[in-house]
Amino acid sequence: MLDRKFLLAALVLIAAVFLCGCTSDGGNDTATATTAAPTDTGSAATPEFLKIATTTSLDNTGLLADLKDRFEEDHDVTLQIIAAGTGKALEYGERGDVDVLMVHDRAREDVFLDNGYGINRRVFAYNYFMIVGPESDPAGIAGMTPEDAFVTLIEQAQTNPDVVVVSRGDNSGTHAKEKAIWTSAGYDYDTEVAGSGEWYVEGGQGMGATLQMANELQAYTVSDSGTYLAYKGDIDLVPLVDEGDVLLNIYGAMMINPEQFSYVNSEMAKEWINFLITPEIQQVIADFGVEEYGQPLFFPALGNYEILGVTPEEAESPIP
Amino acid sequence: MNEIIDGFLTAIHLIVTFDPEVYEVAFRSIYITFSATVIASVISIPIALFLAFRTFPGKRTIINLVHTLYALPTVLIGLVVFLMLSRQGPFGFLGLLFTPGAMIIGQVILVIPIIIGLTYSALVAMDPVIKDTIISLGANYFQFMASILKEIRFVVYATVAMAFGRAISEVGAAIMIGGNIRGYTRVLTTSIALETSMGNIEFSMALGIILLFIALIVNFVMTSIRREAD
Repeated sequence: MLDRKFLLAALVLIAAVFLCGCTSDGGNDTATATTAAPTDTGSAATPEFLKIATTTSLDNTGLLADLKDRFEEDHDVTLQIIAAGTGKALEYGERGDVDVLMVHDRAREDVFLDNGYGINRRVFAYNYFMIVGPESDPAGIAGMTPEDAFVTLIEQAQTNPDVVVVSRGDNSGTHAKEKAIWTSAGYDYDTEVAGSGEWYVEGGQGMGATLQMANELQAYTVSDSGTYLAYKGDIDLVPLVDEGDVLLNIYGAMMINPEQFSYVNSEMAKEWINFLITPEIQQVIADFGVEEYGQPLFFPALGNYEILGVTPEEAESPIP
Repeated sequence: MNEIIDGFLTAIHLIVTFDPEVYEVAFRSIYITFSATVIASVISIPIALFLAFRTFPGKRTIINLVHTLYALPTVLIGLVVFLMLSRQGPFGFLGLLFTPGAMIIGQVILVIPIIIGLTYSALVAMDPVIKDTIISLGANYFQFMASILKEIRFVVYATVAMAFGRAISEVGAAIMIGGNIRGYTRVLTTSIALETSMGNIEFSMALGIILLFIALIVNFVMTSIRREAD
């Protein structure tokens, strides 16, 4: 009697599992398919997955989800998007755990390419970083240059407890940019800024979460303009500093070098990157979010290579 | 306060209207954790029997170790499994990183100590008379083990339910090993973490309520089995 009841419970659970296998078309079947993928890539069969490690801003804004749907419409592939900071994405790339990187830290990208881990970088979008903070602006940085704003923030924070800065603190592209601004403002980041007091909060999370945290603390933080606009409705922070060459934020996509990691899905990786720089998709990027947020979250790289300081090839030439 | 009430109402709406994304994530969670719990049970229960009825040098140490591993930090599991399954790791050739299979492996490791430890405790606490009776009835090795297990089956059910609860509510390892890929390795807990950071509080609440609901069902099944026994 008892055991029968247990058996019944077990059956119900098993049924639930099977049901899940069918409805979530990505359970059972895909798991086996992925394991088989590395051997398939060599043959003529179309690879089914493309693993993309991306900076959180492209994902948090919803841009990638939009592009993913468009790409999957006419390609026989499932994009698997792993949103991590640029630092972590580069780490995944160096370990050969993904096929494509979409990141925004030119300096570290250059090192990555020089070391032979990645090839065929193309820039596909850009926007600007901004320093956002509470509307009351207790440190009074509105309208300053980024460097002056940072000097003011760190000086004010010593005496005014209302001046708090939240940092990504996660080696992401945004964090790298913040460090670069500290350096050009004349501070040694590791000794004078990081861990230097309660005013400097290292959140260790993605861009969206960091904006939310800064909002809760009524603190200052550095954000890319895209994520800020996407979150603007939920938070009270306002952009205080948004002009300065140092604030340019360039998004690049690159393939993992198949000579380093033979199993990567380089065919589809190439297709994806070339897809990103087509005039059609560049227009999609330019229009993304305009309806919802009143202004674009990202600008297309097409035709703007001079602003970006890259070669026209890097912005416009498809990978052969 | 409004946010919490609104979130709760929207959550109920998402649940009763069978929002496909909410249910997909929920079923994936159940699928992964159910698989992990079954696999871990099959591995752990024989080990618990072995530990309980055999004496060998170092046994005390092993049992202490098992008890210590109850508190195994899930992020540590996440890190170790990541390093093992990464392409640069010893099992990288399997291509398992960022798949549901990898998440199952992580959860198996998480709950094995719990199942071994609690089953072992039940076996040790068992009345020795029962043991002697079974042996005196002339049971062979497997019959003996089967009878013993039958004696403590309610403890085993409860243990397995507890392991299930621990695994399904875990987030640290799931995000590191699975990568939180939408439609593939995104489960209830990783989804709640992400959606909250994206400001989708209602969606997070709906997922949280479902998570709680699953725990409730598991608990209900277990108590009704035990009530039947009394």
